[in-house]
Amino acid sequence: MFRDAALVAGKDLRIELRSRVGLNQVAPFALLVLVLFAFALDPDRGVLRRATPGLFWITVMLATLLAVQRSFAAESADGTRDQLRLSGLDPAGIFLGKLVGIAAELLALEVLLLGGVAILYSAHLRELQLLLPTCLAAAVGLGAAGTLYGALVAGVRGRETLLPLLLLPIVAPVLIGATSAFEAALGGADLTVAQGWRWLALLIVFALVYVGAGILAFGSLLEES
Amino acid sequence: MTSAPANPLASGSEPDQTDAAPVTERRALEGTGSRGSRIVGTLALISLAATALYGLVLSPPDANQGNAARLLYIHVPTATVAYLAFGVTAFGSAMYLWKRTEFWDLLAGASAEVGVVFTGICLLTGMLWGRPIWGVYWVWDARLTTTLLLFVLFLGYLALRRVLVGSPSRAKWSAVAGIVAAVDIPIVHYSTSWWNTLHQGTTISPQKTQMGGLMLFTLGLGFLSFLLVYWWLMIHRFRLQYLETRLDEVGLDTAIAERRAEAGRAGTSGPTAAGPELAEVR
Repeated sequence: MFRDAALVAGKDLRIELRSRVGLNQVAPFALLVLVLFAFALDPDRGVLRRATPGLFWITVMLATLLAVQRSFAAESADGTRDQLRLSGLDPAGIFLGKLVGIAAELLALEVLLLGGVAILYSAHLRELQLLLPTCLAAAVGLGAAGTLYGALVAGVRGRETLLPLLLLPIVAPVLIGATSAFEAALGGADLTVAQGWRWLALLIVFALVYVGAGILAFGSLLEES
Repeated sequence: MTSAPANPLASGSEPDQTDAAPVTERRALEGTGSRGSRIVGTLALISLAATALYGLVLSPPDANQGNAARLLYIHVPTATVAYLAFGVTAFGSAMYLWKRTEFWDLLAGASAEVGVVFTGICLLTGMLWGRPIWGVYWVWDARLTTTLLLFVLFLGYLALRRVLVGSPSRAKWSAVAGIVAAVDIPIVHYSTSWWNTLHQGTTISPQKTQMGGLMLFTLGLGFLSFLLVYWWLMIHRFRLQYLETRLDEVGLDTAIAERRAEAGRAGTSGPTAAGPELAEVR
């Protein structure tokens, strides 16, 4: 299972590295969103700084939609889905592989965005021992839910509009948890760092539940077209 | 449950020229109703009328909330039935993945449809009640937020079902989506309640009031009414979905039979000769 996962993840990440779409399009898009938020919210009144955790994670979610769509566009073109099924790889392994691919991209993007908010929103990145695990747990949770729904809508017409409707309400707990953990870490809100750890625990539970659900369900998602 | 609507369609699949027109008529008359559904429907109508009578006229206005409290006779039962409906969807989805029979898939789909409608009514009546009592239509209370997310989650589920019509894997994929949505509910609930308590301090909630006997009776009547409405809608939506899945299979046969009947009435030799050819091509 883990060998298969490594194969699939390696394939996905190689595609990303060679096509450079993530670097050339998704990352600039995410930074653009940060700039747009600054335009929408008056940057001089401190609104931006107070809203930084929420804006950060909204940006990550928008980028998640793009990452998931890209990851499964590769599988639905040219009958690769059938090839994947015929390859004899363990479905759970395929799920974990796609998940690792998406989560790795998201994690890279989150690190980039942390730099972005530090510079553009002048956020003080304190409590890195809380911020970084939050980024990791959220990336895994978003990746797991995204992989499940990405596979679900991959072969379906109208998937560009269906994916956000399906995925965003499911990952609402990630938005709540990650935003609150960031608020605790960055200060400003009335949350203490200790409360931030509790939110991280919720993120980890979410990630575990969706990784588990994906491992169990992915086999039946891959069967038949 | 499924045998009643199946019959008219089964007879329609024989492309017989003389029978084509009567079959269509009979089906149009029959619809998704049956004796059982009409009994449930009548009972639902009677109890709804009784709920309206007791809720609007006979029960007294609430001591604190006045007439606004009458909305609760609709609000509380619809909320409960909506949660029940989504429970049935989750159960049906799980049973489908286990048993792989069409019944469970259709049950899950029909229940989600009715559940979304009831959640909508529940949210709407809640907002109307909140305006005079809380002063605002909406507060970011944990229960409200969870219900709203539930509403959107199952709208997505229904959209997925709608998009997958005709796909061979519709039932299976819908079942997975239904279970994933159901798994999310407790996580959403915990996260929103933590989020709410940490951000807002206290939660606005209706005062604990003692309910009078008549009000309690009216609320019970509301529960009964909306359970009956749920049951009645379920019968119809279930049968409709059953018919929809057969539309693709039967539709072509019926269309060909109708064209043949038209050709037969025209009485020329050319179009009737095309009949067998069509059948062969198919």
